Amino acid sequence: MIRVQRAAFDPAEEIAALVGANRRIGGVVSFVGLVREMAEGGAIAAMTLEHYPGMTERQLEAVVAEAEARWPLDACLIVHRYGRLEPGERIVLAAVASSHRDAAFDACRFLVDWLKTKAPFWKLEEGPAGARWVAEKAEDQAAAARWAQK
Amino acid sequence: MKVLYFAWLKTRRGLAEEELTLPAAVTNVAELLAWLRTLSPGHAAALADRPVVRVAVNQEYARAEDKVAPGDEVALFPPVTGGVG
Repeated sequence: MIRVQRAAFDPAEEIAALVGANRRIGGVVSFVGLVREMAEGGAIAAMTLEHYPGMTERQLEAVVAEAEARWPLDACLIVHRYGRLEPGERIVLAAVASSHRDAAFDACRFLVDWLKTKAPFWKLEEGPAGARWVAEKAEDQAAAARWAQK
Repeated sequence: MKVLYFAWLKTRRGLAEEELTLPAAVTNVAELLAWLRTLSPGHAAALADRPVVRVAVNQEYARAEDKVAPGDEVALFPPVTGGVG
């Protein structure tokens, strides 16, 4: 399951809803991404996340489908926000529920690494020198590439 | 054809989307980008740095040799920078 939204989310509520009444689940691994105060150009006041409505959802669904194909998962969730966000705010939640922890840990990391390079989002940071679009990071490509081979 | 621009490509082009009539000679992504660059200084500025321009056709990532047709939705954007950490 995926959601792209402007509104804030509550990780505890999201995880409770993800697990629901499924008693096969032995563990949930989640990742919560926050807006960092410090960016490459110095401290930022805020960032604005732009996205491509339609394609963003399709790409996130594809990332979830890939995780479900690679690991035995009971439930999988990505919530990604867009719009203007200030330091400390939550941007993204990836949560994976499985019978066993190994699959959940691996799949959660996979979701985050892959969504960073596949989902069409772009960050505009508001720093001391004005607003600047964030450039792609080589280490993000490398992190995603680690998962290319099963 | 509907052409969408995102992030700094949108800034350089000066708008987020436009409807264009495709010449018959334009049949793939590489030809489309070459043609777009000739339309105006804004188009040329948006597409000046070709290696960093990513292309999606009908909301799927596309490569230079992939086909395009008049009814397609084509999006042009820089490498994505979502997530965090």
